[in-house]
Amino acid sequence: MRINRLAAATAVVATLALTATACGGGSSTSGSGDNSSPKTLTYWASNQGTSLENDKQVLEPELRKFEQQTGIKVKLEVIPWSDLLNRILAATTSGQGPDVLNIGNTWSASLQATGALLPFDDAAFGKIGGKDRFLPATIASAGAAGKDPAAVPLYSMAYGLYYNKKMFQAAGIERPPATWDELIADGQKLTKDGKFGIAVEGGNVSENVHHAFTLGKQHGADFFDASGKPAFDTPEAVAAIKQYVDLIAKDKIAASGNAEYANNQTVTDFATGKVGMMMWQSAGANLKSHGMNPDDYGVATVPVPAGASGTKLTSSMVAGINLAVFKNTKNLNGALDFVKFMTGKDEQIQLNRTYGSLPPVKDAQGDPAFATPELQALSKVLGTSAQPLPQVANESQFETLVGTAVKNLLAAAAAGKPVTDDSVKAELTKAQQQMPAN
Amino acid sequence: MRQRLGRLRLTTSGLPYLLLLPALLLELLIHLVPMVVGIVMSFKQLTQFFIRDWSSAPWTGLGNYHLAVDFSAPVGQSLLNSFWVTCAFTILAVGLSWLVGTTAAIMMQDAFRGRGLLRAAFLLPYALPVYAAVITWSFMFQRDTGLINHVLHDQLHLTSDRPFWLIGDNSFTALVTVSVWRSWPFAFLTLTAGLQNIPRELYEAAAMDGAGIWQQIRRITLPSLRPVNLVLVLVLFLWTFNDFNTPYVLFGKSAPEASDLISIHIYQSSFVTWNFGAGSAMSVLLLLFLLLVTSVYLFITSRRRGADD
Repeated sequence: MRINRLAAATAVVATLALTATACGGGSSTSGSGDNSSPKTLTYWASNQGTSLENDKQVLEPELRKFEQQTGIKVKLEVIPWSDLLNRILAATTSGQGPDVLNIGNTWSASLQATGALLPFDDAAFGKIGGKDRFLPATIASAGAAGKDPAAVPLYSMAYGLYYNKKMFQAAGIERPPATWDELIADGQKLTKDGKFGIAVEGGNVSENVHHAFTLGKQHGADFFDASGKPAFDTPEAVAAIKQYVDLIAKDKIAASGNAEYANNQTVTDFATGKVGMMMWQSAGANLKSHGMNPDDYGVATVPVPAGASGTKLTSSMVAGINLAVFKNTKNLNGALDFVKFMTGKDEQIQLNRTYGSLPPVKDAQGDPAFATPELQALSKVLGTSAQPLPQVANESQFETLVGTAVKNLLAAAAAGKPVTDDSVKAELTKAQQQMPAN
Repeated sequence: MRQRLGRLRLTTSGLPYLLLLPALLLELLIHLVPMVVGIVMSFKQLTQFFIRDWSSAPWTGLGNYHLAVDFSAPVGQSLLNSFWVTCAFTILAVGLSWLVGTTAAIMMQDAFRGRGLLRAAFLLPYALPVYAAVITWSFMFQRDTGLINHVLHDQLHLTSDRPFWLIGDNSFTALVTVSVWRSWPFAFLTLTAGLQNIPRELYEAAAMDGAGIWQQIRRITLPSLRPVNLVLVLVLFLWTFNDFNTPYVLFGKSAPEASDLISIHIYQSSFVTWNFGAGSAMSVLLLLFLLLVTSVYLFITSRRRGADD
């Protein structure tokens, strides 16, 4: 029977909510978990590998290592990205969540606001070996400023400008572009014979918002004012987003078909030599699976405006995965032991190497596995020119609404409709007014 | 003997209710309770700050409803847009599904070689898992690599440029196409069953009186199918109006404006922008609208049937 899916979804949440209250709901007011079942943990891992099965193969041996060390058995569940946020919400509503879980680091402040995650205060950090072990930029993306972080960083990533060395050589370009003017000039040289200068993942809302944020920083837009109120449609933000959409609309160095890309077609296009550049995070493993030799591409910092300084030099958001502990865990000590284990030097090297990401833990970064030109370039970005997305409670809504606005603008550009300051501003105003009032 | 009879009567009178009890309880739990909870939520300011213990969220009175129906502000505007899109989509998709289903059912009425096979093939879309079927459509609708543009542009040269099907205004056409493809087999199946109840003698008599095929369809087939059609159209209307799977698989969490169906719009309001109170209010409004349409429909059709008798 095809019942109304929405009613079903609402009903599920509602029922979960009801069960939570029916079960006393006391847990929602109490401070943190207890240690009543010290021998087991449940871990929700996000999908980092090529498939859910692949993730299980990577993680299971590590979990067994942890069991040997501590005697605590970890039940693993790998959750695809598309479901992760909804699953966390359902767990929050019901109080029946995992003990330890992965969250996208940009969601940190939003999830922090639900009060479902254990705050990492000094005591909690003490139990996992201290706050100083982590890169400061990655800690800054683990919760709102001035509050104890709601999570700790686990895998880090940053955006870099990937460029095809052979195509650059053939077009007579000597080095990767450092400014946007150079990028557009290079892009125009590369755009010919059905090939394009750069590819953008226009149908992917998250990708869109990441670039909107980076370009926004370069233009001096923050998207939230000092009091945390949304300010999406400032002239700076309009300029930033127009510049991005113009890659298709005005500069025409990206194919209009890119407006539809949402399944990593950008990487495919880059690996198969259809485009000369892309802005991507940790693409190495993916490019390899498409048969691209690491020597055939280079990774540079994403361009900045000529003469930029300070935060206008921002070239990436701080991307990555954080590790959080559910507040009403029944095994608080075990959960913290597990966080300590996963963020320990050995596991950090092992896991980040497998996933092609960077360790946010300082003492793991020296490992030769991270000395590839690609990872060194990204590591430099992370250390010097990456900024965390706004760490405000409404961050997840900002991601969706602004990302969708950019998606709509790219779709309009691809269909040949004019993109003007006014049309960009109108989309952003609409997005801002859809933010729930808090 | 008398005693036994008495006990038997007692059991027979109590037993049905006892047997109904589990179903009644489940109905209460699965349908009524969440519905009431949903209605309560629609009066609360339920955002991420309160989802851990939703009952503690502050009351906002009709605030969420004001937000939903304030058509001068973006939230109301986009809800209204979504409502009109859904109406147009429903009318087109139900109308076409009905037309295709009826035509196929009438054409398949007379036995011919291979009829069974063809009938089975017709039901295929109905039997396929929704997700698999719709994702295949989304591959076919891809602008640069999809089958649709390959046929339209490369082979038939019907379009000057490759149109986009999954973004922009054309997405509405794509949505209607997939929806009709999915629901016409149900119309076909129902109408085939309905057709089998019409006595063949009626057609024979009409043919003898000199009635042509169109007259036979108009005077015999359609009136005889009337009771079946009444239910069929209502069911198709409700399913189509609420369809969530098709747009979600085709377009993901944020549909293009031209095909922003109300179900996905409410999903986005509640689960993507985390405004569960506003989402609940929109759901309640949708429920009221569908109740209204259904009752008006049932009222009109039952009255007309009364007049016919």
